[in-house]
Parts: sequence; C-alpha cells; structure tokens
Amino acid sequence: MNKLLLATAATALMTGAAFAESHTGDVKIGIELGFTGPLESITPAMGAGADMAIAEVNAAGTLLDGATVTAIRADSTCIDAGAASAAAEGLVTGDMVNAIMGADCSGVTGAILQNVARPNGIVMISPSATSPALSTAEDDGLFFRTAPSDARQGVVMTEVLMDRDIKTVALTYTNNDYGKGLADAFQAAFEAAGGTVTISAAHEDGKGDYSSEVAALAAAGGDVLVVAGYTDQGGKGIIQNSLDTGAFDTFVLPDGMVGQQLVDDIGEGLNGSFGQFPGTDSQGAELFQAMATEAGFDGTGAFAPESYDAAALIMLAMEAAGSNQSADFKGKVMDVANAPGTEIFPGELAKGIELLKAGEDIDYVGATAVELIGEGESAGNYREIEIKDGKIETVKFR
Amino acid sequence: MEFLNGLVFLTNFVIVPALAYGAQLAIGALGVTLVYAILRFSNFAHGDTMAFGTAVTIKVTAVLVGIGVTLGPLPTALLALPVGIAATGLLVLGTDWLVYKFYRVQKAKPVILVIVSLGVMFVLNGLTRVFIGVRDIQFADGARFVITVQQFKAATGLDEGLAIRTTQAITMVTAAITVAALFWFLNKTRTGKSMRAFSDNEDLALLSGIDPDRVVRVTWLIVAALATIAGVLYGLDKSFKAFTYFQLLLPIFAAAIVGGIGNPVGAIAGGFLIAFAEVTVTYPLKKVLTYWLPESMAPEGLVQLLSGDYKFAVSFMILLIVLLFKPTGLFKGQSI
Repeated sequence: MNKLLLATAATALMTGAAFAESHTGDVKIGIELGFTGPLESITPAMGAGADMAIAEVNAAGTLLDGATVTAIRADSTCIDAGAASAAAEGLVTGDMVNAIMGADCSGVTGAILQNVARPNGIVMISPSATSPALSTAEDDGLFFRTAPSDARQGVVMTEVLMDRDIKTVALTYTNNDYGKGLADAFQAAFEAAGGTVTISAAHEDGKGDYSSEVAALAAAGGDVLVVAGYTDQGGKGIIQNSLDTGAFDTFVLPDGMVGQQLVDDIGEGLNGSFGQFPGTDSQGAELFQAMATEAGFDGTGAFAPESYDAAALIMLAMEAAGSNQSADFKGKVMDVANAPGTEIFPGELAKGIELLKAGEDIDYVGATAVELIGEGESAGNYREIEIKDGKIETVKFR
Repeated sequence: MEFLNGLVFLTNFVIVPALAYGAQLAIGALGVTLVYAILRFSNFAHGDTMAFGTAVTIKVTAVLVGIGVTLGPLPTALLALPVGIAATGLLVLGTDWLVYKFYRVQKAKPVILVIVSLGVMFVLNGLTRVFIGVRDIQFADGARFVITVQQFKAATGLDEGLAIRTTQAITMVTAAITVAALFWFLNKTRTGKSMRAFSDNEDLALLSGIDPDRVVRVTWLIVAALATIAGVLYGLDKSFKAFTYFQLLLPIFAAAIVGGIGNPVGAIAGGFLIAFAEVTVTYPLKKVLTYWLPESMAPEGLVQLLSGDYKFAVSFMILLIVLLFKPTGLFKGQSI
C-alpha cells in the first residue's frame, strides 16, 4: 500500500513537473501527416521539410532565449477522421505539444480542428489541406494553411482554359472532400467566366472498371476533360479508358493529377494535356530545393516546401509573441507572414528570430512566397504545366 | 449516315465494354452457381479466389517474359493461365480438405458454411496481398488494340470511331470456349452427369453409387479454373488490384441470383444483364439522340436516367425486383 501511495505521489509530481515545463522553456511541435494511407508516398518529404525548419532553428539556438524545439510525429491516415482525431488528442494531451503542423488531407484536417485544436486551444497550420470549406470553418483564430484554397485553383484553372480559348469542358472528380470542393469551385469560376461545363460526374477511387463513367462523360461531350482525381487511383483509370475509347484526347490536370508516374504510365496519349499545381518562381523556392538536396530529401515533392513554411511560421510567431502558448502567438502568425517588414527566405530563420527579438517587423516569404489572406490561408501561386514528349514542362507562373 | 454514327458511338461506349464486362461476370457467376448447386452454399471467398489465381498468373507471366517467352500480339498471361489454374486448384482443394470438409461431414446448415466461406475469404484476402502486394499491376502485353478509333474512322469515313481492345476480343473468345467446354462436360461426360445427378438429388445419387468425394473434388477444380479465367480476363482488360476483386463479389452474386442460382445458363444471362444494366441505366443518351432524332427534337439536357453516383445501386435494384417477383431467378434455379 505504501508503495502504491509512493508511486502515485511520484507520478503526480512528475506530471506536475511536465505540465509546468510545457508552459515555459522548450517547445514541442506535433507533425501530423498521413504517413500511412493514400498520401503515404508524398508525406515523407513533407515531414522532412518540417524537420528541416526545426533543425535550422535548433542549430541557431536563439528561439525564445534558447528553447529547444522537438518534433513529435503522428499519423493522420488522410482518410480516417476518428484515427486522426485520436492521434491529435494524443499529441495535445499526452505529448503536450504547443502547436500542430498538419494535417494533410482536408477531411481529417477539419475533423482535428473541430475535435482537438479548438477545444484545447492549439494552433494548427496545415501545409496541404486545400478544401474551400475550411476557409469558412469556425476556427477561433487557431487555423492557418500555407496551401491555397481550391477556390483559388478553380479560378486559376479557368484562366488557363480561357487563355487557350477552350469554352466547353466535361468534369469528373474523385468522390471526397478534395475532389468535390475543387470541382464545385472550378465549375462556379468557369461558368462565371462564360464557359460551359457539360457534365460534372463523380468517380470512386480503387475500382477496376471506369467504362460507364467514361461513357457518360463522352456522351455529354466537351473540348477537354477536367480530371480532379489522383494519379494512381480513379483519375488514371478515367484517362486510360478515355484514350482507349477515343472519348477525349486532351486532359486538364489539377494538383492531385500532376505527377511523373502518371505521365510514364499513360505514355504518348498524355502529350498535349495541361494543368496547374501550387508552385512559385520566387527565389525562395530555389533556395529551398538546394537546402533539401543537401538534407537528402526530394524538395520538389508536392507540399514539401509548404511543410517547411508551416513549421517555420509556427516558430517565428512564437518568437514574435515571446511565448510558446497557442493563445499568445495565434495572433502573430499573420503578422510574421505578411508585409511590412524585412523579407525572410528559407535558411534565414535565425535572422528572422534576431529581427523579431530586436522588435522589428518581418515578412516571411519562405519557400512558397507565403502571403496569408482572408482567415489565414495562402493567396496561392500556381505553376502552369504542359505535358510535352513525356515530360512535365512549366509553361508559366500564375 | 447519322444513324450509323449514333450506332457506332453507342457500340463504342456501351455495347463493347458491357459485352466484355458481362462475359467476365458470367464466368465468375458460373463458379458461384456451381458451388451453390453441388456443395450447397454461397461461396463468399469466390472473389478472392479469383484474385489469388490472377496473382499467380501474373507472377508466372513475369517469369515467362523474363526468359523471353511471349505470345506475340496476344498477352503472355494466356500462356501462364494453366499454371495459375493449377495453383488455384491446389489452393481450393487444400481449403476444402482443411475447412469445408469438417462442416460437410457434420452436415452443417448452409448458413454456417456461408459464414465459414466468409472467414476463408478474409484469409485468402490477406494471402493474396502478402503474395503480390496491394499495388495496381498492369500485366497485359502484346498488341493493345484490334482496331483503334483512328483506324476505324479512316476505314469507314464516319465521324465517330470504334475501338476494340485486344483484351476485349480475347475475353469474348475465351468466354465462349470456356462456356462451351463446361456445358459439354456437364451434359456429355460421365463425371458431368454424376455432378448434375448429385446436384438434383443427393440421396438418390449416393444410392446409385456416385462417389461424393470425387464429385466434390471435380467441382472444386472446375470452380478454380473458372475463377482464375474470370480473374485473369478481368485483370487483363482493366488492371489487377487485390481490392477490386473483393468488390466484384456483389455484381457476381447479383448475376448468379438474378439468373437463378444453381442454373449455369442463368449465370451467363445474369452476368450480361447486370453488366448492361450497370452501363445503360446511368448512360446519358444526349449524343446518340442528337444523331438519331431530327435536329428540331435534339435534346438540351443529358437524358440520363440516373446519375453515375447510383451505379452501385443498380445491381441491388435488379436483385430486389427479381427476388420479389421471381424468387427462383429468371431461369429456374433453386429458391433461396
């Protein structure tokens, strides 16, 4: 009995100590991405991007007068809102993280925001959730994203099509938050610009046969087919079947469909198709690529630069507020991300911290030319691409 | 000319894909129906038996291609098919000896066997994934098309094209041969007749000296062959992914039940019925009608009966309607 009492007292003491520690001193950042699930091929580079920002700040050792930043990873699964919320709950109540860099997919990000971040008052910065619905979600000022909303992508895609004088399109989307959000945003923008969407049809991922979907799309007709899906799922099946049956020969590929694997799998048929995905020609992007290569991961991976920026913004905002508590620094995220102030590029996080310490303003540009608008989401720069001779080539930046 | 254009368009997008898909479903449904007729339970593991057979065939194909053996314009997988069938045959005989036999000796109720087959399904599911992985695998080689859209247009001068993939042609030919061989076997050979006798009346069959173990063994072997052929044809035509075979279970059962479960002719009819229903009910007729109707009557809307989102519901609806009005299926099967 005595031993039990002792043990209980010791545990209580230790918890108390841990609790006290989390209010001052060292910083913990939860990195919650879909390390398993549909995005498991791109999340390693995203995690590495965030780790690189944290390593950079630790190397300088000046954040909040010498705090060490620790990254704690958790699995969002991309599709299972329950598992993602439980993992986030573990980060917040178990590991006592000060902020969360994540999540990746729009559905689980919304779930974590409502179930964990808001009740516990923890700041979340997502590098890749692009659903327009998150722009208007209740967030108590806690949620930001370094990825643009798909409402913006819908407008950019409309501009790309209008510049090529294409006025009628057929549209198919993967049946989830991302696909539906992007399809609706695009359809609204395209029709407002005077274009016609002949059909907007969902497709399910992970099926063998897409002939009835393609039959419907072909019957509705259109100059090109917009495929808001994934490269290794239904999006690929739809394109393959359309080419086989001669239903469409040109495809418009939004961010989820831009990948060399798709170009290699489909081959010649994809030449002449075009699309866009988030990207910038700012010098920050090149700096980031160089740093990533040095750190030994692929800096061109989708959303890896956004992940670096998300982690960097969390730490810079903490410095600006002089506190690692979400309630204190949530108001500073927009300040450090936007003008006025000295521009901060990747690799200059230590300089940013120094300037903030000296009481000066900074304008974090980062790897993706971060500019937060509205409720705290990236304004969005896009790279327009075209498939030529089996290669993805950049046409221009928008 | 206008009429021909419409017809070609309809053939390209509805008739050809539905015929190929229907043939694949029909062979799958034949396997389910045979198990039901002779072993008297619904075999839920059938989809994953198909996946297993296809996975073995893919591995053998890879080896054949590796040592330089190909079939020219035809997919090499056809050469690997017998090995796949043999491996699947061993697998199902092993499963029967290890699992089903125990319940058969006890004369367990069919519903117990159904649940047992569900367990076998999960095990096979895992086995296939461990064996070949969860990736999407394309294993069709050789010529991709019998005729492409461009060739068809150039040859006929029509505005609309028609494409026939090699795999679609092979599916139809193989399906025809398989079905003919199966019916010949069931109707003309001694073993086939004893299987039918066993199916019609087990007790009488036993009294007339038919060896039940032999009937069971032969049935499983035929089921393994049908499952592997159906799986390989489907995989060649689309692509192989362990998960999609599991999903094929619903249309296959729908086909078998609609046609009349236990009746081979019904399984074939059911396969084509389900395939055509899935494609046509969600098909917008706009473009075809634009060709066929006078210009003044050309439709504005899509003329689509149901949106594509409801595709999955189609099999269920047909199943419900048939079971309500003709519980033994369109052709006389056993009632369930």
